[in-house]
Amino acid sequence: MLKAKYDVVVIGAGPAGLAAAIEAKKTGAQDVLVVERAQELGGILQQCIHNGFGLQIFKRDMPGPAYAQHFIDELAGLHIDTLLDAMVLNVTSERHVHATSRGSGFVELDGRALVLSMGCRERTRAQIALPGTRPAGVYTAGTAQRFVNIEGFMPGKRFVILGSGDIGMIMARRLVFEGAKVERVLEIMPFLTGLTRNYVQCLMDFDIPLQLNHTVKRILGNNRVEAIESVQIDKQRQPIAGTEEIIPCDTLLLSVGLIPENELSRKAGVSLDPVTGGPFVDERMQTSVPGIFAAGNVVHVYDLVDWVTEAGLLCGRNAAQYAIRERKLHGRRVGIKAGNNVRYIVPHVLDKESLAESAQRLQMRVTMPIEEPVLIEVMNGEERVARKTELYVRPGEMVNIDIPQSAYDAVQRASELSVRVVRR
Amino acid sequence: MAEKMYDVIIIGAGVVGSMVARFLSRYKLDVLLIEKDSDIGMGASSANTAIVHAGYDPKPGTLKAEMNILGNQMFDQLAGELNFSFERRGDYVVAIGPEEYAKLESLRQQGLENGVPGMVIINAADVRRREPNINPEVSGALWASTGGICDPFSLVVAAAENAVVNGVTLMTDTAFQDFIMEGKRIVGIKTNRGDFRSRWVVNSAGLYSDAVMHKAGLRPEFKITPRKGEYYIFDKAEITINNVLFPVPSATSKGILVTTTVHGNTLIGPNALEIDDKEDRSITREGLDEIWEGAVKLIPSLSLRFSIAEFAGLRPGGNAPCANPDVKDNKDFIIEIPEQVEGLVNLGGIESPGLTSSPAIAVRVVELLKGAGEKLEEKPEWDPIRRARPRFRDMLPIEQKLLVENDSSYGRIICRCENVTEGEIVAEIHAPIPACTYDALKRRTWLGTGRCQGGFDTTLVVQILARELGVSPLEISKKGKGSEFLVRPTKDKEAESC
Repeated sequence: MLKAKYDVVVIGAGPAGLAAAIEAKKTGAQDVLVVERAQELGGILQQCIHNGFGLQIFKRDMPGPAYAQHFIDELAGLHIDTLLDAMVLNVTSERHVHATSRGSGFVELDGRALVLSMGCRERTRAQIALPGTRPAGVYTAGTAQRFVNIEGFMPGKRFVILGSGDIGMIMARRLVFEGAKVERVLEIMPFLTGLTRNYVQCLMDFDIPLQLNHTVKRILGNNRVEAIESVQIDKQRQPIAGTEEIIPCDTLLLSVGLIPENELSRKAGVSLDPVTGGPFVDERMQTSVPGIFAAGNVVHVYDLVDWVTEAGLLCGRNAAQYAIRERKLHGRRVGIKAGNNVRYIVPHVLDKESLAESAQRLQMRVTMPIEEPVLIEVMNGEERVARKTELYVRPGEMVNIDIPQSAYDAVQRASELSVRVVRR
Repeated sequence: MAEKMYDVIIIGAGVVGSMVARFLSRYKLDVLLIEKDSDIGMGASSANTAIVHAGYDPKPGTLKAEMNILGNQMFDQLAGELNFSFERRGDYVVAIGPEEYAKLESLRQQGLENGVPGMVIINAADVRRREPNINPEVSGALWASTGGICDPFSLVVAAAENAVVNGVTLMTDTAFQDFIMEGKRIVGIKTNRGDFRSRWVVNSAGLYSDAVMHKAGLRPEFKITPRKGEYYIFDKAEITINNVLFPVPSATSKGILVTTTVHGNTLIGPNALEIDDKEDRSITREGLDEIWEGAVKLIPSLSLRFSIAEFAGLRPGGNAPCANPDVKDNKDFIIEIPEQVEGLVNLGGIESPGLTSSPAIAVRVVELLKGAGEKLEEKPEWDPIRRARPRFRDMLPIEQKLLVENDSSYGRIICRCENVTEGEIVAEIHAPIPACTYDALKRRTWLGTGRCQGGFDTTLVVQILARELGVSPLEISKKGKGSEFLVRPTKDKEAESC
């Protein structure tokens, strides 16, 4: 059963979100919720079945799902709530969250602190404006990875990969294992954009050619990719005439960059850095909106998951501390409610400690006129905290009442104050 | 076995064919609508500017002008009956510099001659106030209050679906091959899926309308020359242009415009390049550069960084002279019952403003049939309303909550950029015109059109399609046979199933 209010709500259960939730709980947050879009925790790690994870933190070489499982197990032991198969639709700057899921329906809840850990998405064909036809057989490397590693289907037989990003190189090897032909990897830059170890282990070891300073000039084929035309580019990134080559293939994989996914951050009013595409953060990973924190690829795109985990831990610790302070602060404050014949009262909230300094004045207007003596009473339930007599009250005339310093102890006991105006 | 005899066969289920089917479904007629592609509305209807034109552009006296005005007037009622998105927000022809400003008045005069109501020329300050992002060198604009924008995809689906619900038979993947003639009378058609007999045939074959009429020996000189138009679409979170902004038109084209869409994205394009290949919808570097140059002339602050999609469409441009010999025009619509053969309603060259004109063309087809002696008795049970299915993203939170409580599959978001739910996808797969491909679902629900361009939803949609259609994921395609997403199971998967 979900609570209406959590100390920390984490959006996204990839490595950053898992680490943040765990660390928040360990830091002392009373209740932590993780909301995840997929049907299971772990994020993109679940489809990264290759090795290479955990060398920094665990000093071990683990596949992605095993790395994720370590944190999933730890999370389960900490009694952290999870909401899976759920999509957060909206987040406000007051940390009010709207989410929808098949299992729990449409839910609304609040967080004293919020962790944004939505990760990133892949740059698409459209964002690099690749010319040519629009057939089936053009996939981002991550989509292909999901088809192969999760769904168990091959998206093609003969591949060309554009971009020497890590996912692309890792997929090249995976596809060769599955008996596919990877014709080559094209990279528009004069250097490798992924890790050197991936170049060695995924391309060199399998004799897959890498062509730097090359790109796709156009895609051919109406229904399914039939070929791509590659071209060499010069230092100004302009195509060099005469270097075009038609490469027959049925699939083009794109590994051309990742973009932090910040649509929710934007809705929450979080300021974004145009260079990283992620939120501006301070040393505690707090964004421009107080109480909203961010960690992982949602902030900037990382090279190793271990660094993402570290960012998540830092973020979770600070989010928990923020929530604990909020809770304390909130415990010190008492709301003031309009009771019988009172239209409104200012202030709406009172710091209980303020009475230690001085009496506190409340100002209000009444709803209906009473042309005879009345009592104005500040109540904590049935206990009277302060009172005052007036000869009459009228909506046109504002009414004041002071809570005296002598009421200090009574106010400390209150969880809510109300003010009423009654005939004497 | 006696072959079924249809009253009318309509060739081509684009916006024109679907609209003709919808208006004919009102009468006691056996109507067959055939479409060569895997879904309706995959040709010119699927890639255009989505504008309901006011009607100041076509040459006065042409069928184009007449149909544009009549069609435009029909859109409010049509949108109400068929429940597709339509916003009559008006449009602007924006003049940059003094030379262009001088041309606005002649455009307004042409509009008046065509019968366009509600046009006014506004000054530069007013343009800047209404569109703050406009080129500061703006000199004024022609404002046409009857211009509008619509969802062209759901327009086609809604019209065809309303026709089908009212008794029209739709066959997709069915390509016209030839007419069956008895003397000069057309008595049916041959297709890749057999012969079909009918008393009337309507040629609404769009890009291929020339080939169809040539098979009947008509207008051998008529030729459709595809005119390619390319477009960019921008991320609605990053760029918002709230208006429909045309440049001052040239002799050959309405020019490259910047417009908002009913989905909230900004769209720029199209260029106009005559080509030979009727299937060549490829995007070119040169074309994209051309539309970019045109668009920044109107809105200099656009940024290519926020482009999320590019596409190209083909206008089925014809070379038919205007039926009125006093009007010098050789790109007019053909809407006729020709004398040379019997049993044919011949449509051709229905390019822009074809979408706007489509309901008026459909009404004209009905009138032509009446004129040819068809009695056209109304069906008492005809239902003009096509009910809309829920669209999660357009709802208020309280409506979303009720929808999800009622059917939990609407609680599962499949496309996270556009917030399309599993419930919506399943409903479209089992709709009166089933959406059986990824692109068919995309046109109906708008999934996969956002900034990730299907990166996250594709694998899920393939799963859902396979499950709902009861087939293997290997059979699921992007846009019909030959465009399947997957080629075989992985080794592990194969071992599992052994």
